[in-house]
This record gives sequence, C-alpha cells and structure tokens, in this order.
Amino acid sequence: MSAVSTTSDLTRQTAAELASAIASREVSAVEVTRAHLDRIDAVDTDVHAFLHVSGEKALAAAAAVDESLQRGEAPASPLAGVPLALKDIVVQQGVPTTAGSKILEGWLPPYDATVTQRLVAAGIVILGKTNLDEFAMGSSTENSAYGPTRNPWDLTRIPGGSGGGSAAALAAFEAPLAIGTDTGGSIRQPASVTGTVGAKPTYGGVSRYGVIALASSLDQVGPCARTVLDTAMLHEVIAGHDPRDSTSIPQPAPKVVDAVRRGQTDGVAGMRIGIVKQLGGDGYQAGVSESFAKAVATLTAAGAEIVEVDCPHFEYGLAAYYLILPSECSSNLARFDAMRYGLRVEKRPDGTLIESAEQVMAATRGQGFGAEVKRRIMLGTYALSAGYYDAYYGSAQKVRTLIRQDFERAYEQADVLISPSSPVTAFAIGEKADDPMAMYLNDLATIPGSLAGIPAMSVPSGIASDTGLPVGLQIMGPALGELPMYRVAAAFEAAYLAEHGTLVPDLAPALEGAP
Amino acid sequence: MNDHTAATSPPVEAELIDFDEALELFDPVMGLEVHVELGTATKMFCGCPNAFGAAPNTNVCPVCLALPGAMPTVNAQAVEYATLIGLALNCEIAQLCRFSRKNYFYPDMPKNFQTSQYDEPIASNGHLDVDLGDGEIFRVEIERAHMEEDTGKSTHVGGLTGRIHGAEYSLLDYNRAGVPLVEIVTKPIVGTGKSAPVVARAYVAALRDLLLTLGVSDVRMDQGSLRCDVNLSLMRKDATEFGTRTETKNVNSLRSVERAARHEISRQAGILEAGGSIVLETRHFDEATGETGSGRPKETAEDYRYFPEPDLVPVVPDREWVETLRAGLPELPWLRRARLQQDWGFTDLEMRDLVAADGVVLVEQTVAAGATPGEARSWWNAYLGQRANERGVTLTELPITPEQVAAVSALVRDGALNAKLARQVIDGVLAGEGEPQDVIAARGLAVVSDDAALQTAVDEALAAQPAIAEKIRSGKLQAVGAVVGAVMKATRGQADAGRVRELVLSTLGVEG
Amino acid sequence: MSALQDSGSEVSIAAQQPALTRDEVAHLAHLARLQLTESELDLYREQLDVVLHSVARVSEIATADVEPTTHAVQLVNVYREDVVVPGLEHAAALAAAPATDEGRFRVPQILGEEE
Repeated sequence: MSAVSTTSDLTRQTAAELASAIASREVSAVEVTRAHLDRIDAVDTDVHAFLHVSGEKALAAAAAVDESLQRGEAPASPLAGVPLALKDIVVQQGVPTTAGSKILEGWLPPYDATVTQRLVAAGIVILGKTNLDEFAMGSSTENSAYGPTRNPWDLTRIPGGSGGGSAAALAAFEAPLAIGTDTGGSIRQPASVTGTVGAKPTYGGVSRYGVIALASSLDQVGPCARTVLDTAMLHEVIAGHDPRDSTSIPQPAPKVVDAVRRGQTDGVAGMRIGIVKQLGGDGYQAGVSESFAKAVATLTAAGAEIVEVDCPHFEYGLAAYYLILPSECSSNLARFDAMRYGLRVEKRPDGTLIESAEQVMAATRGQGFGAEVKRRIMLGTYALSAGYYDAYYGSAQKVRTLIRQDFERAYEQADVLISPSSPVTAFAIGEKADDPMAMYLNDLATIPGSLAGIPAMSVPSGIASDTGLPVGLQIMGPALGELPMYRVAAAFEAAYLAEHGTLVPDLAPALEGAP
Repeated sequence: MNDHTAATSPPVEAELIDFDEALELFDPVMGLEVHVELGTATKMFCGCPNAFGAAPNTNVCPVCLALPGAMPTVNAQAVEYATLIGLALNCEIAQLCRFSRKNYFYPDMPKNFQTSQYDEPIASNGHLDVDLGDGEIFRVEIERAHMEEDTGKSTHVGGLTGRIHGAEYSLLDYNRAGVPLVEIVTKPIVGTGKSAPVVARAYVAALRDLLLTLGVSDVRMDQGSLRCDVNLSLMRKDATEFGTRTETKNVNSLRSVERAARHEISRQAGILEAGGSIVLETRHFDEATGETGSGRPKETAEDYRYFPEPDLVPVVPDREWVETLRAGLPELPWLRRARLQQDWGFTDLEMRDLVAADGVVLVEQTVAAGATPGEARSWWNAYLGQRANERGVTLTELPITPEQVAAVSALVRDGALNAKLARQVIDGVLAGEGEPQDVIAARGLAVVSDDAALQTAVDEALAAQPAIAEKIRSGKLQAVGAVVGAVMKATRGQADAGRVRELVLSTLGVEG
Repeated sequence: MSALQDSGSEVSIAAQQPALTRDEVAHLAHLARLQLTESELDLYREQLDVVLHSVARVSEIATADVEPTTHAVQLVNVYREDVVVPGLEHAAALAAAPATDEGRFRVPQILGEEE
C-alpha cells in the first residue's frame, strides 16, 4: 500500500488505492487515466489487449470526476475516477463494438448496455474495448477476427478466452479493473492463466441488457481485477436488478465488499470447503494439481474444514454445454444478416452483384463469421432440428438438472466448493487452434458452474512449478452465495500474501518498452 | 438450395368443378388460423408505441430492431388480453406456459426468429358458437390461442409488377415489428358440407365481434389487425382420412374468407376428379379474381427449430387472477343481442337488420337516453340509415348522438313536433346546426299548439269546404283528412295533425 | 481427458448414429444462411461428426423422469407495464444501415415468401 508518487507507479496500484487517492485529491482522475493510456501506448502493441482505445472520451470522463470532486461533491461511487477495460461484447453508445467479429466491424451502437450505464454513473473511466474470441466463442482469444491477444506472462502464449483481452489488460497493468462475460468459463479461465481475479456472479446477478448474447441461458457479466477487493468493489457497481433483463434477479447487489473484509479479518475459520472429486486428477496438468494441493493446504491451515464431494454428473457437463451453447447461439447470431447493420457482402468474388437478400445474407454470414462461430452455428442448427431436439438439446437440459442437483447435494456438505479453474496453464498460441475438441477441454472445470448458474470465481493460487506460469483456484458458491465465495477468496488471497510476501499479479513481467 | 423442386406426376391443376357438384362428391375439412393484433399501447417485447400509420422506422428501439445486446420484456397487458381471449373462447388457461423461438430467416423479422409459443400455448381446447345467420348455431372447436409478435413491413420496389418477384430491391419498415399478436387456431372443422364457406365467414365475423367486445383489438381487417388463413382439404364421401390441405394466407375481408373457401373447394375438387393430387402448399387469395394462386410448396418448408426462449421466464397465470378476469368478461355479443331483442320486443328480421347496420349499440344508447325501443329502431334503421347511405358512412359516423335522437323522439311523443318536423330537426342536427332545440328555434319549427289559432284555421277551412263539412256531419269520417290537410297547409305544417282532427270533429259536433 | 471422448463400452445413440452426409451439412448451412465453400463443407462434416459423436452421450442419463432445466434462474411472471418508453430517433435507427431509402432500410430483392 505504497503512497502514490510517480505517474508510472499509478498503474501498479489497486483500484481501491487509486479510488481513495482520487477521492482525497492526492491524485487526479485525469492523471490516473493518462498513466494508463500511456501504459497502453507502451505495451499494447505487444499484448494487443485492446481493440479500441477511447482516449479522449476517457480523459473527458476523468476530468468530469475531478471537477465534481473539486466542487466538493461526494464521489459517485467508491470507484469514481478509476479506469476500466470493457470487453468488446458490451455495447457502449458511440464507441465501436465488434464482439471480435468482422461482421460487426465499424458498428457504432446507438445505446448503452445497463452495465455500461452503471459504470458511467459510478464515475468509472472506460479506457476502451478489449479483445475476445469472436462472439466469445473460444478459450484462447485466438478466434478474434482482429488477431490474438498475447499473455503478458509470456507473449508467445494465449491469455485464455474468451475474455483474454480483459485479463491481459489487467496482467499487463493497462487497467486495474475490467469487465468480462462468462458463458462456460470466459472470465475464470483467462483470470486463471493470466494470474488475475475474475468472478462470474450467480446467473441473473448482473444485467445482460446490452451484452451481445452468446448463449442466453448461460451468459453472465462479471468483474475482473488484480485483487479480490477490487473485484468485489466492481461487482457491487454492476450487480443488482435491471427490469430490462427479464432474467435479472430482483434483488439489490450483494454486499460482497463486506464479505471480503470479513475474509481478510476472520479468514475461513469454521467454514466447510468441498473439493469436487470429479474436477481434478486425470487431464489436469501436474503443475496445476500441485498448486491446487498447496491451496488446499493453505485453506486448511487457515482453519477451513475440507470435505470431498461427489458430483457424478459433472462428467456429462461438457457434452451438455456443447449442445446448449451452439443451439442458443445459432439462434442469437441469426440477427447478423446484413439487413440493418454491420457487414454486407453484396458482390461475388468475380465482382458481380448478388441479386437477392437471401443470398446476401448467406454470403455475408459465410464471410463475416470465423470458423469457430460457423462450426457452432452449424452444430446448434443440427441439435435443434426436428427429430434431434429430444436427443440433443432436450437431453442436455436434463443433464443440466442433474448437475444442479449434484451441486445442491454438495452444498449440503460444504459452504463453498473449490477446484482448479483451468486444467492447464497458458498454452502456446496456435497449439490447439486446429483441434476444437482439445480446445473445448479448457472449460472442463468451469462448465458445471455455468450450467447450474451458480456464482464462481478464479483467484491466483500460485505459479506452476512445471511451466512457471500462473494457476487459478476456482471457488464456487451456492446460488446467490456470493458472500461465502468472496469471503473464501479474500481469505485465501490474504493467506497467500502472508505466506509469499507478494501477490501473483505483481510477479508478472514488466514487459519491454514499458515506461 | 433447390427450394422449388416439387416434381409430381399426377396433375396438380385442372378445370374447376361447380361448387354444388363438388360438395356431392367431397366433404370439406377446414382449419382457420386468425392472427389478431392486440390494441395495447406498446409492443409485445419493448416499450415502443403500437400504432398504425406512423412514419417508417419511427416506432423502433434496440429491442424491436434486434440490435446486438437488446433483450425482450413481456408486455403485461398483452398477457392479460391473450388470457381474456382464451377465456372468452371457453379455453383452458395454461398453468404454466413459455415463449419459444421459431427460427427462420426473413428480412422483415429483425431477429430472424419469431418469439412465439410452441407446445405450451396460453390457452387451449375451447369453442366458439357461431350463428350462421338463419338462427342455426354451429360450434367451432378451438385448438389453441397463443401469443407472438408481428413482423415488419416490406415494400418491393422496381420490376414490372411491384410484387416480390421482379422487384429490384425492397424497403423495410420495422414499426410493426414486435406488435403483439394472438394467433387463434381452430381444430379441423368437419361436417359443414355446403355451409363450409358460410361457416368460415361466420366464424371470423363472430370472432371479430367477440374481440371488439373484449376491447382487445380494433379488429380492422383492412389495416391487417385481423388476418385470416384458410386451411382447406377435401375428403371423398367414403374416405376415412383427411386429404392434403392447402393454406390460403392473409385473406383480408369477411367476404374474401367465404370466397376463398368456396374457390378452394371447387379447385381442389377439380384436381381430384381429374385424378390429380393436391400439393401441400401456401396459396394467396386474389381479391380481384376471387381465386387463390399457388405459393410456396410446403414440403420444403423450413424446419423452425423451436426451443424455449431463454431470455424470458415462464408465464404462470395466477388462478385467482384468471378467475377475476373470467368474472369480469363482458357479455358476449350474441348473448347480448338475444337479450336485447327480447327486452325490446323486436322481430328476428328487425333485429337482423339492426345488427347488419351496426345499430345495436346506438339503439341501446338511445333507449337509455329515454326513447322507446320502437322509436329508437325506427330512427336508426330507417331515416338515419338512409342518411348514412347517402353520405356513404356508417351509422356511428353520422354526426348525431343517441341523446339527440332521444330528445327528438321525446318532442314527437309530447306533440311538440310532428313526424315531418322531427325529420327536419334531425336534418338540422346532421347539418351541424346544433342541438335539436337550437334547430327548432333557428328554423322556427315548433308545432302550433295554440288552440285559438288552430280553431280559427279550422273554422276557415270548414267555411271554405261546406260540402265536406256536411259529409263529416253525416258520419263520413274519412272526409276529415281533407280538412286536416287544409289546416296543415294553412299552418305550413306546424300544427299537430291529431289535435287538428279533434278540433274539426268537436267543431262539427261529431263523435270521433 | 475422457469427458468429451467416446465412452468406449457404453452403448449410446452416438454409437448408432450414422455419419452426417455432405448433403445434410449443406442443408444445415442453408438453414443457418451460411454460404460455405466446398472445403468448409468437408471440414465441418468431419468436425461435426466428431463433436456430435461425443455430445450424444447426454442421452445416456437424460431419462424421462428428469425435468429439463431451461433457466438457471427460477423466476416466473416477469412483466413490463404497458407504458410507452422512448425508443431510437429515426436517424439513429437507420445510422448503421448498409443502405437506406425513403426512411427505410434498403435491402436486395427478397425472393422467398412471407410466413
């Protein structure tokens, strides 16, 4: 918690520290924003976390926060003036929003997502839009139509996905806060492989209005940061009921910051923490398993009671997920048809005009979507077809019920469940690009929580001894159980800091060319 | 992508067969699908105005334009209207129902799926009793009524015909996209025989009346707020299974419903008699020719890939709420008409004329304002009916209120106006001269009720026609008319003819 | 790493499933309005086969007595009052359109027929 001194230091601060320095006018929001924009300038050519940087807009928003404070007004929120990186699947009025797809290149949304509105109302400064796998389909950010994002820990490796841009922006100190979306692990797996923190709230906890839909029954927006406290503070800004999202839980945001404070002071003494038998062992990298074992030891030492829980249907989770997601996305992505916005392919390769709307739709979608998107649309179209619905989509929805019941039984024995967030640490760019099945396995540990709609987050559990790369610990709470989840996360982070003297994000390479 | 490969060996076209002849060979089986646009203030899934006739793309938002990220929210009023329709059609209201996505691509449908209901409609298994006009009641069984949304409107520009084929490009207006619809589907209507076209028409007419009474739609067929698809097949008299059907889309007037059914019966019978087979297809009704034209073959129809709409949660109608709605249902039009006819003592013919002229409500209001049913009916059905005809408007569009008609009736009853004057007063009101009293004052139309003045006129008339006076004295009362006529002429029609007659008789000392 | 791979001895519908034909893949592409190249059709035929083979195992445990979960959130009856909310300005509604004419979205000629 060093005092804020030089500009370059500003990017190393936590959001909580920056907010407090801005509120007390030790530093201006404009200075903080400028420092992060400079950092983006210096490192983002290498990292490519951002698809669009809104420099002027960000500085104007920061100036507005400063002016308001100058007038003696109370800060708009506990994070007023703090910069944030917004995943480019959340719409922001007048700012290019692409969802990582060519089909939306150049589209300027005429409206704000509810999350965007809440960020702006909280005085949070949106630096720009971050890279992602096209329409959030992927686990590596390699599926972006605008080129991959690189992992700040090793620029030859992937930053996870789909929210690789947001996670990399945090790990590269380009932003202290970021927004992610998580359908099957798109917040947790990138957090895991970049050594950052990311939380997927209970389904319905954060409004999806204005968030470009992948799989509507699974999608959830969530906060990302480098510390558990920052994540919790951002969580409170974006969560809470929104009448524009019919699946939004009609409750105010949970008091997760209080839960973090409690975890920091009281630890996990007396809490029952369950290890899911099915989420570990075979298929998990040795360094990951080792780091997980150490995390269990840390929690045990901190006073938790560790129990093993059996979730026999989890092994069907991945299969169910890869039916539900493609089915819903095949329908959600139908609106990208070249009629009202986005790309329109009107000519054939030979330059002749395509005559009909139907053919223009097909040509545009054929060229505007990338391989993974097309693959999943085809898969979903098949799974929903007459004659196959019951065997595929219908069965997958039943598996969902069985997995939910597994969780319910597990939470009778434990307050939270834990597992590795990802079976492996960051792999090399291109390594799995040609093997969709291998790629899908990255979400093995995160998918059950997505299917059940429970809250789950990833916190760094350390560095894998075999690869030297960060590993994530997944903490899963029961439905609406954000409080015990954050408490355990904060307690673990505090115990880790006490044990190691430094947090994982601070071990990330400084990156060449940084100021 | 060969959508139109429907190669079949038997003939699919043939000469039409005379309707009556067709019905001797075949029994028609009909299914009627009616789409009704609900009269809510806003659209089904967003807060945009549900309004007809606005400038293109002015009633749109991220939701109904299907912008990336937008999400639907269900209009509570639309759910209530759909429930009311279900109740009025004697349907069961679902304990739990869902919205589903019907996936197909079409440029006038922004999401490229229609949010509809699939296997869980809000209302199912009802019926509607339809009056065929001659007092015969036919019960049409209702399969289901479900909620969905309308599409936008496309205009096809260029080409020769201005229709879809041959158009160079199309223009899209999404004001209508997302307008709430309820689709009402009948079970197969069998056993109508020759009455099939009449049943079809009467059903749509009854449904229209019902929806209007419920206040859930303006049911303007001309504006597309009520649209009917006629599904029809024929089965031979000795057959046990339904034949192949055709679906004639968007038949947009009551008369067209009847004509479309009639034409399809003759057309299909012609093909079947020629040894051909019916192609499962959609057809289009041509208002000008009264015929249906071939559309899209159904065997290559899209697989809609329905699945539950994940952006919306289930609709679970509260049972108490449903019962409250049921208790508050307005009296159904045909029941109400029967009750009013009895109350008013009208003959069937009188009532039918009144219904045909859309005058029931007007008579009801006129009676409420103090007129007798007979007075009210005679004004609205006769004199005002003629005036409406002359102006080419409906009775309700005439610039006169039931209260004004009742006021004139009262003046006639009190003797302040006679029939001829009363018509002049009505004409004055229709001409915009104000209330009946204003017209009477301005035109000086009051009946001469001053007996002294009338007596003078009677005396003069009798003096002028002594021969007639003598006839009356001798008991030939039919001669009184000539004297009354003379007095009426002398008073320029402003006398009460009845009173004049009394004075003539009393002057001559004759018993009336 | 067995979660998505064939479950070996277990009999599932995946095992009985005939391989996707190229025509079926082309039909799916048409339904989804995706114009695919010849090589894409081949690639997807192969990849969809593999994925479908693996995911079909969901039917092993999806017995008739299990209720499907369509929503992770157990809400019902979420409604909006029937009150007009301002939408988009006309110009904003059309701003992103590839082509417009007479205040409307201009699109190439529509060949199919309305539903």
